[in-house]
Amino acid sequence: MIKNTDFKICFSVMAVLTILVGLFQSWGIALSMLNLCLISAVMAMGVNIQWGFAGLINFGVMGFLAIGGLATVLISVPPVPEAWSAGGIGILISGFFLLAVVFSVLIINKRLPDHKYKNYFIFLIIILSIPLLKFIAGPSISRIESINAATSGFLGGANLPIIFSWFVGAIFCALVAFVVGKVCLGLRSDYLAISTLLVSGIIITIVKHEEWLSRGVKNVIGLKRPVPYEVDLQNSEWFIKLVEFLNSSKLSNVLDFDERTSLLNQLVISSSGVFVKLCFSLIFLSVVLVILYFSEKALNSPWGRMMRAIRDNEEAAKAMGKNVVKQHIFIFMLGSAIIGFAGAMLVTYDGLFTPSSYQPLRYTFLIWVMVLLGGTGNNYGAILGGFVVWFIWIQSAPFALLVINIFTSHLDETNYIKEHLLNSVPYFRYLMMGLGLLLVMRYRPKGLLPEKIIKN
Amino acid sequence: MDFLNSIILLTNFIIVPGITYGSQLALGAIGVTLIYGVLRFANFAYGDLMAFGTMIVILVTWFLQSKGITFGLLPTALLALPVGILLTIAVSLFFDKTVFEYYRNKKSDPVTFIVVSLGIMFVLNAVVRIIIGPNDINFMDGHKFIMKAREFKQMTGLNEGLALKSTQVITLITTIITCSILFYFLNKTKTGKSMRAYSNNEDLALLSGIDPKKIVLLTWIIVSILATVAGTLYGLDKSFKPFTYFNNLLPIFAATIVGGIGNPLGAFYGGFLIAFSEIGLTYAYKKFFKYIMPESLEPSTLIQFISTDYKFAISFAILIVVLIFRPNGIFKGKVI
Repeated sequence: MIKNTDFKICFSVMAVLTILVGLFQSWGIALSMLNLCLISAVMAMGVNIQWGFAGLINFGVMGFLAIGGLATVLISVPPVPEAWSAGGIGILISGFFLLAVVFSVLIINKRLPDHKYKNYFIFLIIILSIPLLKFIAGPSISRIESINAATSGFLGGANLPIIFSWFVGAIFCALVAFVVGKVCLGLRSDYLAISTLLVSGIIITIVKHEEWLSRGVKNVIGLKRPVPYEVDLQNSEWFIKLVEFLNSSKLSNVLDFDERTSLLNQLVISSSGVFVKLCFSLIFLSVVLVILYFSEKALNSPWGRMMRAIRDNEEAAKAMGKNVVKQHIFIFMLGSAIIGFAGAMLVTYDGLFTPSSYQPLRYTFLIWVMVLLGGTGNNYGAILGGFVVWFIWIQSAPFALLVINIFTSHLDETNYIKEHLLNSVPYFRYLMMGLGLLLVMRYRPKGLLPEKIIKN
Repeated sequence: MDFLNSIILLTNFIIVPGITYGSQLALGAIGVTLIYGVLRFANFAYGDLMAFGTMIVILVTWFLQSKGITFGLLPTALLALPVGILLTIAVSLFFDKTVFEYYRNKKSDPVTFIVVSLGIMFVLNAVVRIIIGPNDINFMDGHKFIMKAREFKQMTGLNEGLALKSTQVITLITTIITCSILFYFLNKTKTGKSMRAYSNNEDLALLSGIDPKKIVLLTWIIVSILATVAGTLYGLDKSFKPFTYFNNLLPIFAATIVGGIGNPLGAFYGGFLIAFSEIGLTYAYKKFFKYIMPESLEPSTLIQFISTDYKFAISFAILIVVLIFRPNGIFKGKVI
C-alpha cells in the first residue's frame, strides 16, 4: 500500500494543505479542517464504493448521513424516564403494529399467487396502516413531546459510549439501504438518481418532524465525546505540565512570575482546544486507513473484479452466472453503511444533531463532486477528492474576499457594488464547485486520480 | 346551506390552491420532460434555471418600479417577463454551447449529462445568490385580491368565505395560454412535429432531413420560456427564495415521472396530480365533516390523513409507488 504512488500523492497533499493552513491561519483551524476533510473522505469512499465499483448512482447520501446522525442520538443520549413512562408503551405498541404491517405485506407478497390486483391490495394495506398508526401512536407522541418540551420532549437514547453509535449508524443505514435497494435498484440510472434523491428527502422529513424520536428542529445539543473535554484538560496536572514542557523556551523568556502564569494559562486554554481536535484527527485518520485498507483489498479481490465486470457489462456478467441483483443490493448496503458511519462521525465531531441543516447541496451533491473530482473507482481518488473539495469549500470564501478586495480597491468603501459583493462572499464556494466540476468533467473525465486496472 | 358551506370550504382550501400549485408544477414538469424527451437527460439545473429567470424578472420589476412604471391592477412582473425570458434563453444557450454540446457530440451516457447538469446547478445557484442574495423577496404588486373572504361572506350570506387572490387567476390564465400554444405548436406545426419525430427516433429523424441543431435550439428556447414563466408565477403567488426553487425541483421531477418522462401531456396531468394529493392528503377535514354529518356523528379528531409536515414527502411517496407499479408513468409513457 505504501509503495503506491496514489497513496503518496493523496497523503502528501493532505499533509501540505494542513500545514499550510496551520502556518498561515492557525493550528486550530487547520486541525478542524483536517477533521472535516477526513470525515468527507469517508463519505466519498462510501459513494465511491457504490458509484466507482458498481456504477450505482446514489443521490440519497444526505438521507444516510442523517440516519447515521440519528444513531448517535439514539445511542449516546441518556434515556428520559418520564417520557418512557408517559408514552413508551404506546410507541412500543405502534412499533409492533408497524412490524406486523411489514410482515403481513411480505407474507402476502410471497405466499399469494400472482394476481392482477395483488399489488393494489398491498398498496391498500400500506395506505390504510398510516392513519391507523397515527391513531395508535398519536396520544403517546403528544404526551412524550409535552414533557419538558423546552429541554427534552423526546424518548432519549441508550446512554452508551458514542463510538458505539458509529457502528449502529452503519447498521441502520445498511438496513434502510436494503429496503431502498429492493425498491429502486431495478430502475435505470437516471430514474435511480431521482428516486434516491427523493427517498433521502423523505428520510429528512421524518427525522425533522418526528420530535419524539429526534427532537426534530429543536436539535439535540451537548452530545457525548470519545475524547476528553477542554475544561477537564485545563484542570489536569499532566496536561499543564505537557504544555509547560512544550513551550519551555517561550515561557523562560518571561521573567515576571504573574505574567508567566497568565501566559501559561493562555497557552493551556488554546492548546487544550488543539489537543482535543488532534485526538479527533487520530481517531478519524485511523478510520480512514482501516476503511481504505479493506476497500483496497476488496477492490483487488475476485469479488472486486466481479463488481467491475458487472459495472462494465451487466449482460455479460449475468451470462457468466453472476447474480447481478443480489450483488447490487449488497454493494448498495455496504456503501450506505460507510456513509452512515461518516454521518455518525460528523455529528459526534460537531457535538450536536441539527436535522434542519441537512440540505442536498451540501450533503449529497458536494460529496458527489468529491468523488467525481477525485477519481471514480479509485479509493485514493475519493480520499483526495474529499480533501481538495473540502479545502476549496472552506477556503473559497477568504479567497473570494481577497480577489474582490483587489478588484474593487479603487472603489469607495461605501460603494454599493463593493458592499454587495462583500456580503455575498460565502456563495462563491458554489461557483468554485460548479466550475471545478465542469472543468474536471471536460478535461479529466476520470478524475484527478483515475482508476487503475491491475492486470495479472 | 350546510352542503353549500362544505363545498365552498373545500374550494377555498383545496381546489383553488391545488389548481394554482398544480399549474406551476405542470409548467415546470413540461420543461423537464421536454429536455428529457429531446436531449435525453434529467436536468438537475432546472430548478436553478427557474430561479435565474425569476431573478431577472425581479430585477427588471425593480427597475421599472423605480422609473414609476407599473402595470395598473396587474403585477409589474408581467411587464418584466419578456426580458427575463430573453436572458434565460441566452443563459440556456450559453450553457448548451459551452457544456452540453460537447457531450452530445461525444454521445456520452445519461449519467454524464446528469453530473454535468449538477455542475451547472452549482454555478447558477451561486450566480443567483451572489446577484440577489439568499433571502425571501416579495415582488408582488398591483391588486392583491379579486375577492376577499369577508366580501364573499357578505355577498352570499354563507358561513364560509372564498378568497381569490389575483395571482391565482393570473397563474391559471397564463398556464392555459402557455400550454395551449405549446400543445398547438407540438401537435399541429411542422417544426413541432419534427421535434416530436426527433424525440421519438433520432436516427430516423436525421434521415428525414430534420436539422438536429435547430431542434436542440428550439427545445432550449421553449424550456427557458416555461422555466421563467413557472418561476415567476410561483414567486408572485408565494415569494422568491433561491432555496425554495431548488427544493421545488423535487416535486417537479415527481410530476414528470408520474406522468411518464418525455410525455408533455402526462407531465401536465402529473403536476396537478401531485399538487392535489399534496394538498388534499394534508388537509384537516374536520370542519368539512361538521357541515355534512349530522350533529351526533361529528368527528372528534382532525380527520387528516397525514400532518402538513409531510407535504413534500407525499409527492415523493407517490413517485416511488408509481415507479414500482408503472415505471413508465401512469399515462403509458411515450416520447413527446
